[in-house]
Amino acid sequence: MARRKQAKGSEDGRGESGGSEAEPEDRDEPSDGQRQEPGGAAGGHIAPDHFEDAGSPVGPESQISPSADRLRELYETMVLIRLFEEETERQYKKARIGGYCHLSSGQEAVAVGGLEPLGQDDILVSAYRCHHLALARGISPESVMAELFGRADGCAGGRGGSMHLADPTRGYLGGWGIVAGHVPLATGAAFTFAQTDQPHAVLCELGEGAVNEGAWHEALNLAGLLQLPVVYLVENNIYGMGTSVHMASAEPEVWKRVGAFAMHAERIDGQDLEAVMEASDRLLRRAREERLPALLECITYRYRGHSVADAGTAYRTEEEIEEWKGNDPISRFGQILRDRGIVESDEELDEVRERMDARVQEAVEFAENADPPELDSLARHVYGDEHAGEQFARMTPGSPFGERELVLEKELGDG
Amino acid sequence: MDESGTDTETVNGAEDQAHATDEVERGEEREGQESDEQHEYETEEISYREALRRALHEELARDERVFLIGEEIGIFEGSYKVTAGLLDDFGTKRIREAPISEEGFVGLATGAAMTGLRPVVEIMTINFILMAMDQVVNHTAKLQYMFSGQVGCPMVIRTPNGAGSQLTAQHSQNLEGWFAHVPGLKVVTPATPADAKGLLKAAIRDDDPVLVVESLPSYNLKGEVSQDPDYLTPMGQAKVTREGDDITLIAHSMAAQRSLQVAAQLEEDEISAEVIDLRSLRPLDMETVARSLAKTNRALCVDEGWATYGVSAELCARVQDACFDDLDAPIGRVGMAEVPMPYAKNLENATLPHAKKIRAAALAVLGEETDPEEWRAG
Ligand SMILES: Cc1ncc(C[n+]2csc(CCOP(=O)(O)OP(=O)(O)O)c2C)c(N)n1
Ligand SMILES: [Mg+2]
Repeated sequence: MARRKQAKGSEDGRGESGGSEAEPEDRDEPSDGQRQEPGGAAGGHIAPDHFEDAGSPVGPESQISPSADRLRELYETMVLIRLFEEETERQYKKARIGGYCHLSSGQEAVAVGGLEPLGQDDILVSAYRCHHLALARGISPESVMAELFGRADGCAGGRGGSMHLADPTRGYLGGWGIVAGHVPLATGAAFTFAQTDQPHAVLCELGEGAVNEGAWHEALNLAGLLQLPVVYLVENNIYGMGTSVHMASAEPEVWKRVGAFAMHAERIDGQDLEAVMEASDRLLRRAREERLPALLECITYRYRGHSVADAGTAYRTEEEIEEWKGNDPISRFGQILRDRGIVESDEELDEVRERMDARVQEAVEFAENADPPELDSLARHVYGDEHAGEQFARMTPGSPFGERELVLEKELGDG
Repeated sequence: MDESGTDTETVNGAEDQAHATDEVERGEEREGQESDEQHEYETEEISYREALRRALHEELARDERVFLIGEEIGIFEGSYKVTAGLLDDFGTKRIREAPISEEGFVGLATGAAMTGLRPVVEIMTINFILMAMDQVVNHTAKLQYMFSGQVGCPMVIRTPNGAGSQLTAQHSQNLEGWFAHVPGLKVVTPATPADAKGLLKAAIRDDDPVLVVESLPSYNLKGEVSQDPDYLTPMGQAKVTREGDDITLIAHSMAAQRSLQVAAQLEEDEISAEVIDLRSLRPLDMETVARSLAKTNRALCVDEGWATYGVSAELCARVQDACFDDLDAPIGRVGMAEVPMPYAKNLENATLPHAKKIRAAALAVLGEETDPEEWRAG
């Protein structure tokens, strides 16, 4: 038996991509290497229909029924995200974007469908794969691209980068880089809504890999115990880096794992925009009205590697990737719009693509021309008060080499 | 020195690695044939990454109680490819892929070490060891002492620190000082390929829990490494990596490499700097430091991480204690700016303890003023 051994992915950005274009080669199994997959093997090929819908729908009827215009806009947003990510990869390769860069191509319907029912006062918290979520939340492509370029006008002021997009004015409390680290935070935001009787809910996005962290278990128990208005939106894209959900989880049926928290859960087809939108609306409503948490597992797929540095083919087959591309959320929704006559011709869909492409190019142009943060602002925001500069200077070691004096001079009074 | 590695370099590096695998195998054959003879082992120029990989390979082959556990160390070959090929050579029983459950598998490894195995845990980067802090500090470090030595804990945790690739606040930390604070742990910080191999092997053979803090920005760094399968770097021995008379730069991990660069620059200013690579933070080798200061009378502690309450703070305390009469100037120190690492390249550059900043700090210890505007941006 031969295993596909191939291209090496890597977590450390462009620095270590480790021959990610290497040719696949076959290697023999080690003699003692019974490749046991915990939780039952998926046989190395996980087809789009591998996970069926599960968990009977609960909660008030979904009331979401977007107009034809709105449906067209949702389609546009998905296309915008796809093209944005493709451009992001190009810009990364030109070294205009640095750090880790996790693309969301293939996962557009979860973001656009999942966030559509989110009200203005609701809150979104997410993991680090978040370009699609930021765009779906209505942050402008300019603002996101500028952040990726490390510009002061980026949505995180140039301090956050790809993993830490945020826009609190739109109720987006950030992308976070420590797997599952943000799940307790999101639960805390829901706690505020409960504690202060605000009729809002929190949507907490996470990857399926996060459910094996203690932080996830502890937070979900708290949400169940305290009955907090939060919906955990799991983007189950089957893999966490190179590890399939079957290899990582004793119980690979993620939705079932909330059984321990007396919490409702459902699993749906995450490549079906309307299914995601309907379920998200229902569960968010239930959270707002009945103050009950839930978990919504969306089965989806990431087309690209874990990050730009990972070719994404070491741990899955080309056939599997192609099969999922044949179940593309954008094509599927485009077809629905055509079938319903909301979009009358393929040319109309092409025209959307052209328009969104132009949007993305505008974003790049904006980011290119935007300024990086001022060097003198380095110490700003370490603390919230206007004395951040002073705090910085105080805590900078007193060796007489000038930095601290310089900062004191520049920062004091300047906040 | 190759700090960051561009794309091309990395791709080339990967090719080198493929060759290197063959060479390990050939090396082993040779060893078998000549095992009875006194063998003078040669050195070979390999990367820091490959040095670590060979250390793991050799120790897995030498002792079947040794096993690896960590995220992405098998099929993915390690996030940074340190475990490349090990799954093929040792199989799934010795190379254990772990889910994203750091607290769980660090604790599991501790329990396994208490009961006869010799685990080598990979934590993908030092930032994620925080999830397992309770196990490391409250359990792993303390168990021998709490039970009066009746139970041991021969385990290794390998994890890279480092910053400089715009990985931002949550992924750009140097936290080794936190662990060096804890009695019961040993902490080593190889800065060169030779020490990467020597210290990792020594750690695996040691009967105590050892944290091997690798340097992420140094994975592509090349250097001469002995092919001796018993080549060990003793823990607790610093190394003078450059001799000089005017000032001693005391550093560990990546900062030891930076300090060498700065020492070379200082030579152009006719300043003769000695560089000490601590290599091991706990146990710490103060003798080497004191010997150097008796000669140079001036010290600058160079730290990749935040200086405040950090490794350099400990060094300053010990240097003034051990070398008070030798000192001609206050001990200087330089580290990362006291901010969480920002993303934007210009801010990141200004935050890192870059060579220009180290040089300015060294000049300050020597009584020479510089204009911060000239070096601040990096
Ligand atoms: C605590 C912690 N451990 C490990 C990592 C490294 N890491 C980054 S992403 C990732 C995989 C996460 O997979 P998943 O939750 O499925 O999200 P996806 O990347 O598929 O969106 C890992 C292991 C991390 N960021 N944080
Ligand atoms: Mg995933």
